[in-house]
Amino acid sequence: MGLREDQIERYSRQIILPNIGGKGQEKLLNGKVLIIGAGGLGSPCALYLASAGVGRIGIVDSDAVEINNLQRQIIHSTANVNKPKAESAKERINAINPDVEVIPYKLRITSKNILDVIKDYDIIVDGSDNFPTRYLVNDACVLSKKPLSHGGIFRYDGQAMTIMPGQSACYRCLFPEPPPPGLAPSCQEAGILGAVAGVIGTIQANEVLKYILNMGNLLAGKLLVFNALDSSFRQVKVPRDPKCPVCGEKPTVTKLIDYEEFCQLRKKE
Amino acid sequence: MSIKVRIPTPLQKLTEGKAEVEVEAKDVRGLIEDLDKNFPGIKDRLCDDKGRIRRFINIYVNEEDVRFLQQDSTPLIDGDEVSIIPAIAGG
Repeated sequence: MGLREDQIERYSRQIILPNIGGKGQEKLLNGKVLIIGAGGLGSPCALYLASAGVGRIGIVDSDAVEINNLQRQIIHSTANVNKPKAESAKERINAINPDVEVIPYKLRITSKNILDVIKDYDIIVDGSDNFPTRYLVNDACVLSKKPLSHGGIFRYDGQAMTIMPGQSACYRCLFPEPPPPGLAPSCQEAGILGAVAGVIGTIQANEVLKYILNMGNLLAGKLLVFNALDSSFRQVKVPRDPKCPVCGEKPTVTKLIDYEEFCQLRKKE
Repeated sequence: MSIKVRIPTPLQKLTEGKAEVEVEAKDVRGLIEDLDKNFPGIKDRLCDDKGRIRRFINIYVNEEDVRFLQQDSTPLIDGDEVSIIPAIAGG
């Protein structure tokens, strides 16, 4: 398709990178990324992907911006309090880079709609804030063979891993079961430092860019663990689990299930 | 034998806020027992009522998940670094 003059100027600092060039920039402009959650992780991730010129960014979020989000959800602004987050994120991305087509999804992602929502994207970013959604997104990506960038944060800790279905460990290989409710407080209950979300969301953006550009090594089969208090990054190995119920040798999860029930948020009827 | 154990934020309430503690143990089971002796209650957080490591908490010896080694029989040697890493869902 070839780059326009203004695009060559806009992206010049990354086009000159040895592994990117004009061809890489075209890959980015043709890239399609779905971000689930326009919150602490989704905000920095979306901003960097938009600035880099990822051509289509889908943003899924059913919530509206609240003033207590703004401490970490840096894509939103005070003027957009009460506005749907998906719309608020679209507005900000359009202001940064008109090259990006933003598709806002003002919906709660569920077993019923997820396969349809993710099907047209190259890679999915999980920036959700609860276990049912995380297992849902994992299973849907594994079943649809969509690469997935996982990120999670809690207080001063952060984690990230990239899941290449069929090739590297999935979220269930890493954590076969979610903690029971009550043992896993949310950011609302436990607190979170905004910069921790920034670090992990930015790692997720970096993973997506590497995937689209087909360069470097992804965090596949590896969990990156960040601690803000001692500024440490560590990696541990995450092998594929042959007994994994969704990507193992004899999968028992072959279609999407009820994830609220799986996470014991709702009793089996 | 001295083994360094990294304690994740959610469990630091039990370790008097310490992010890193030292234990004496020959294997992972011994490590959990020794931790619980010094910080009572931590075993309940790490293991279910049958004494098995919970499925949403991983214990790594150096970089390896003990689920893929010898579970709680995984041997430890002096200088090993153990990390306890729980699932976290915030975003």
